[in-house]
Amino acid sequence: MTALPATTAKKLGLVIDLDTCVGCHACVTACKGWNTQNYGAPLSDIDPYGEAEGTFLNRIHSFQSQPRAGLAQTTHFPKSCLHCDDAPCVTVCPTGASYKRAEDGIVLVNEDACMGCGLCAWACPYGAREVDQVQGVMKKCTLCVDRIYNDTLPEVDRQPACVRTCPAGARHFGDLADPTSDVSILVAERGGMDLMPEQGTKPVNQYLPPRPKDTIQPVMGGDEDILAPYLAPVAEEPKGLLAWVDRALEKL
Amino acid sequence: MHPAPSVIIFSSLSGAGFGLLFFLGIGMPGVTGWVAFVFYLIAYLLSVGGLLSAVFHLKNPKNAYLSYSQWRTSWLSREGWAAVAALLTMAVFAIGQIFFDTSLQPVGFIGAVLSLLTVFTTSMIYAQLKTVPRWNQLPATPAMFLTCSVAGGALLSGNVDPAFVFLILAGAVTAWHWTAGDKRFAQAGSTMNTATGLKGVISLWEKPHTGQNYLTREMVYQVGRKHAVKLRIIALILMAGLPALLVLLPMHHFMAAVAVLSHLAGVLVQRWLFFAEAEHVVGLYYGAHREKAAV
Repeated sequence: MTALPATTAKKLGLVIDLDTCVGCHACVTACKGWNTQNYGAPLSDIDPYGEAEGTFLNRIHSFQSQPRAGLAQTTHFPKSCLHCDDAPCVTVCPTGASYKRAEDGIVLVNEDACMGCGLCAWACPYGAREVDQVQGVMKKCTLCVDRIYNDTLPEVDRQPACVRTCPAGARHFGDLADPTSDVSILVAERGGMDLMPEQGTKPVNQYLPPRPKDTIQPVMGGDEDILAPYLAPVAEEPKGLLAWVDRALEKL
Repeated sequence: MHPAPSVIIFSSLSGAGFGLLFFLGIGMPGVTGWVAFVFYLIAYLLSVGGLLSAVFHLKNPKNAYLSYSQWRTSWLSREGWAAVAALLTMAVFAIGQIFFDTSLQPVGFIGAVLSLLTVFTTSMIYAQLKTVPRWNQLPATPAMFLTCSVAGGALLSGNVDPAFVFLILAGAVTAWHWTAGDKRFAQAGSTMNTATGLKGVISLWEKPHTGQNYLTREMVYQVGRKHAVKLRIIALILMAGLPALLVLLPMHHFMAAVAVLSHLAGVLVQRWLFFAEAEHVVGLYYGAHREKAAV
């Protein structure tokens, strides 16, 4: 049923640290690998050695931000389903394929009921849903529901593939409904934020903003020419032999 | 948004078809026998043909029957119910008129209301989407779909005076939808800053992938911006101006056909623009629509 649950017992989700992410795309690869070989239809690639495109549940954008004063900064920005509390993708679904689980808040697609109309992808402001071009069904992040409850995996692996693989420790998984959980504490300490709050989706996933730049060296204004000291002429006025050559050449 | 032909044809043709069913349902004209048969044939070809065209938009149509299950929350599901209810109710009315020379007028009125309800539910599929601010206009988006449908129905049913009024109204509402729609993205308030939570002037430094993907083709699609003004004028002339002029002249079948074809062609251009000009907020993650967003 595509009505949203009034409340969910847990709010499982991700906390993504934009300060720490180095943009290596390891989470993208791990996500594609796990989700191609496990739950649901595989994530297809179209023309992988030509005009490559394909289905991904997690993509990394990189942005440049230019503050009013100071130097521009790059931020790597992983983006996947935010498992919103008020998920517009779920309520628009006509077939009942999309649903939000009351027990843990994960938003899933029942591929056996999806007719591939794409309306849920239109309803999502974050671009978290993609129709697989080969299978014709809607694909989205499952929060690796087939890992996190999987007793056959070692306990250390019972977290989403993207979190497990992140070499920078930029991705964290946990229950954001529990104020004492590690992820909730992290969000409180670092000022975790909603993406596009004006859309009213109440996303569960939180993003930690980049920390202010360190001040080991003086804060730069952006207009400095750091090579200038090294490029300045060594002697403004020639002396000795060079001065004589200079004068002689002038007279010619 | 990607202007998929199947969806554009669907909303244009089925809109006119349900508009014609509306006028037949309220007994304007009250027809029987072979004349009724031809009217209903045109109405059902347009409405059912449009609905079938929409099925081509589905990537997995074998599950389409399940789309009747979620009417409590989904406008797309409600549209399915409204369409079936309208077509079946009007079928009862039509059979009475064609074969038994009787008009079950209460059934006709119910069918007429259901026909307009179908067009309304279609418009709400788009109008409900906060992610596409240009579509998320209430009441302008439903008003545009409904006035076009009624104008087309009035033309097809040969109701000359209502046709003139509704053609002018449809043109005016369309112009309102466009001018108000041009400001909607800024009003909605989504920017690259709200999308990323980052401060300062944001630009896309690197895309997530070298090629296209479902999102960029479906939702970050930009087309026809260069000729948007010309196309808007063409749409207005074809869908409203020319047919309104023609219905003022003495009517005969040839002129009526020209008016109907001109109107349908204009509505097709209008619906193409409805998609081609619509900006989805996900475009902000791809560096699009920055000029449209609020500062």
